[in-house]
Amino acid sequence: MDAAAAQLAGRAATAVGRGAIRIEDVVKIYDPEGAAVMAVDHCTLDINAGEICMIVGPSGCGKTTLLNAVEGFHEITSGRILLDGEVLCSTENPKAAPGSDRIVVFQNGALFPWKSNLENIAFGPVMQGKLSRAEANEKALNMMADAGLSGVEHNYPGEVSSGMRRRVEIVRALMNDPKVLLLDEPYRALDSLTKSVMHEALLEIYYKNRVTIFFITHDLEEAIFLGHKVAIMTTRPCRPKKILDVDIPHPRDYSVLTSRRFRELMEETNEAVHEEALKAFAAGEKEG
Amino acid sequence: MMTMHMFARWLKSPRPYLMLVGFALFLGFWYLSVEAWKLPRFREMPGFTSVIKEWLSPDPVYGLSIYTAEYYTHIWVSIWRVAQAFFLATLLGVPFGLFLGWSSKFREYVFPVFETLRPIPILAWVPLAIVIFIATESAVIYLTFLASFFATALNTMLGVQSIDESYIRAAHCLGAKNRQVFMHIVIPGALPFIFTGLQISVGVAWFSLVAAEMVSGQYGLGYVINTSYMMVRYPTIVIGMITLGAVGYATSAMVRILGDYLMQWRVRELALGGN
Amino acid sequence: MPVTKRQGLQQSLVRGVISLAAFVILWEIGARSRQWLGLDAFEWLRGLLAWFGWEKKFLPWIGAVPAPSIVLAKWAQIIHDASYWQSWYMSFFRVAAGFTAAMIIGIPFGLLIAVSRTAYGISFPVFEVLRPIPPLAWVPASIIFWPTQELAIAFVTFLGAFYTIVINVVGGAKSIDMRYYQAAQSMGATNWDIFRRIVLPGTLPSIMVGSAVGMGITWEVVVAAEMISGGGSQIGGTAGGGLGFFIWNSYVGGSYEQIVVGMISIGIAGFICSELLRAAGKYVTPWLRLR
Repeated sequence: MDAAAAQLAGRAATAVGRGAIRIEDVVKIYDPEGAAVMAVDHCTLDINAGEICMIVGPSGCGKTTLLNAVEGFHEITSGRILLDGEVLCSTENPKAAPGSDRIVVFQNGALFPWKSNLENIAFGPVMQGKLSRAEANEKALNMMADAGLSGVEHNYPGEVSSGMRRRVEIVRALMNDPKVLLLDEPYRALDSLTKSVMHEALLEIYYKNRVTIFFITHDLEEAIFLGHKVAIMTTRPCRPKKILDVDIPHPRDYSVLTSRRFRELMEETNEAVHEEALKAFAAGEKEG
Repeated sequence: MMTMHMFARWLKSPRPYLMLVGFALFLGFWYLSVEAWKLPRFREMPGFTSVIKEWLSPDPVYGLSIYTAEYYTHIWVSIWRVAQAFFLATLLGVPFGLFLGWSSKFREYVFPVFETLRPIPILAWVPLAIVIFIATESAVIYLTFLASFFATALNTMLGVQSIDESYIRAAHCLGAKNRQVFMHIVIPGALPFIFTGLQISVGVAWFSLVAAEMVSGQYGLGYVINTSYMMVRYPTIVIGMITLGAVGYATSAMVRILGDYLMQWRVRELALGGN
Repeated sequence: MPVTKRQGLQQSLVRGVISLAAFVILWEIGARSRQWLGLDAFEWLRGLLAWFGWEKKFLPWIGAVPAPSIVLAKWAQIIHDASYWQSWYMSFFRVAAGFTAAMIIGIPFGLLIAVSRTAYGISFPVFEVLRPIPPLAWVPASIIFWPTQELAIAFVTFLGAFYTIVINVVGGAKSIDMRYYQAAQSMGATNWDIFRRIVLPGTLPSIMVGSAVGMGITWEVVVAAEMISGGGSQIGGTAGGGLGFFIWNSYVGGSYEQIVVGMISIGIAGFICSELLRAAGKYVTPWLRLR
């Protein structure tokens, strides 16, 4: 365990880092003059810079709405969201501007099928004019090698496995040196064997890049394994029901899953999650 | 594209033999009903053998066979008309459709007029077209163009609308501006629909062309069919029909092949069974 | 930027109305340009193109199109004419007859070849070879074959819709998820059960799409056939009638306003038919409403 990793053990650096998110009393109501569905109910959440924050909740509870609000795909009805002290959106200015300081990895994957993996990864810097195509390609090749993706540069996304596609998408995001990585149930469709490999791969990437990670999942095990902080949300409208600080030291590997501390943390939180899951089931929620 | 291996496999399956059975039934029925048994309704119809004989004869009774130059003139004239109309319709229809799909403002202003004009059958435009375009050549091409244009524009618009929102969102958060999104996401994303539209457009172009040629044309395959009927040259009618079918199929296949070439990613994805 | 959904809908409605109104106004101005401005509205365009070498006689002469006001006046007049409504009736009748025949024969045929590999192997290649031949190319052969002209037109109309419906039925049946079959079989369904409860409803959406497209083609063919048999090439004798014939007649008689009246009438008739089909489709496939 080298010095940098040791520094990361337990808590991530706060305050002075980049990518600290503050969600302040945010409310989101869909169709205010019609059906008036409240998706987010006075939600307040603090995410420290460089921290992995897992958002756990049942389907349809509004977690994705929060993510969309942070990124700027949706407006908020009231409240504020701040990134490193700067206001992204507020009641007066309800829609944030999507930008490459916060990049989303989508649930069903959004790699452009008509571009090769390499072209996908190089997309961001090239579009923004930050790098020439040749420079971008070189950087992309290096990052791909780092992430263990050599050999599929010139394939199309449709030709490789879904696990690989996810990793390409994460590398595509990281190419732009974002402050925050927003992941919306990215491993939902993978089988649990692939998932565990993906988890370790994500942590590996994280240890090299220290971005803030905002990760939505419905899988409590995944949340405790990956996160520094786990926020358990209520069913719709969503609000943090319980916030757990995971004090298992980083770097972690799959042996953590059977450690005693892990099981203790699961016990603490399982009931809360299960309660919300039952409520969501009874309400007949459709997955977002 | 069939490789040798696929071809060998095809030969072993029942498919080619069923196909032969089908054609045998069809041609057999044609031959028997017209020439062998001379069934009442079928008596006047041109028979299978007479058509083939005429088509392949170096000195055809009615003047049109694969050996006569006139045959190829008619084919060429029809193809040239379809080509002009099709390319014009594509050149105008694709950008038009792209904007219809991309800009909701544009769509709200323009689509109602578009949808009001579209259901008017192409042939209903014939008299008006003749009035506006004094030369019948332009009128014919205009009619063919119109049919293709509507099909192309509509399908292009649907193509843009069919693009998964996630792709556009992803592009935005990766820092692409609207114009870049249009070029890198919208256009490639809509290509599958655009090419479906183009195939329909080619089919519709032939449909309109034949109709227009039958009503007011000189030269061309529609004209051939029409005049052959009037001059009681029945086998030539069928020659015209068969040629039309073959040329129509060939042009549609060309569009499809071009589409496959431009959308390599799709071909490969489908080949792997779509992941 | 509209705040609510309702405002958004209102906005698009207003824009649609504005654009249709603008279209009609421009049409009026363009047609009247000769009168009002003393010159052809697009003469300058023709002149410009002629300068590039395009022969003047190939270029459009917009001034010849009658103005909407004249068209409307003529229409108000014609509504009282019984023969105008007779044309409507004839066209509708032909469309209905041809379309119904195409559905009655096309849907079972499509289902048959979708379900039976042998039937598909035998019929589909022949079908695909005949399909590129435009329906109108069949007109002379059809006239030779059928005893009456009406039947000849009906056959051609039938052909037009038939191909589309069959293709859509086959496509729809093939795209039914395998797992529906498996679920049914594991619950003890017989082949007939599966056909009735899986294949049939599963193909319904495609049938409705196919019929919508087929309806459009039917109208095209009917109008074309009416024009061809009524005028133009003088195929066939006196049988005519229908809106296509009405248009052709108007052209021959020199009444350009009537041409436009006829065109709009057909557009409306076609629209009515598609809307009827769409309503029928929604009724028949209620589970799609949630899309």
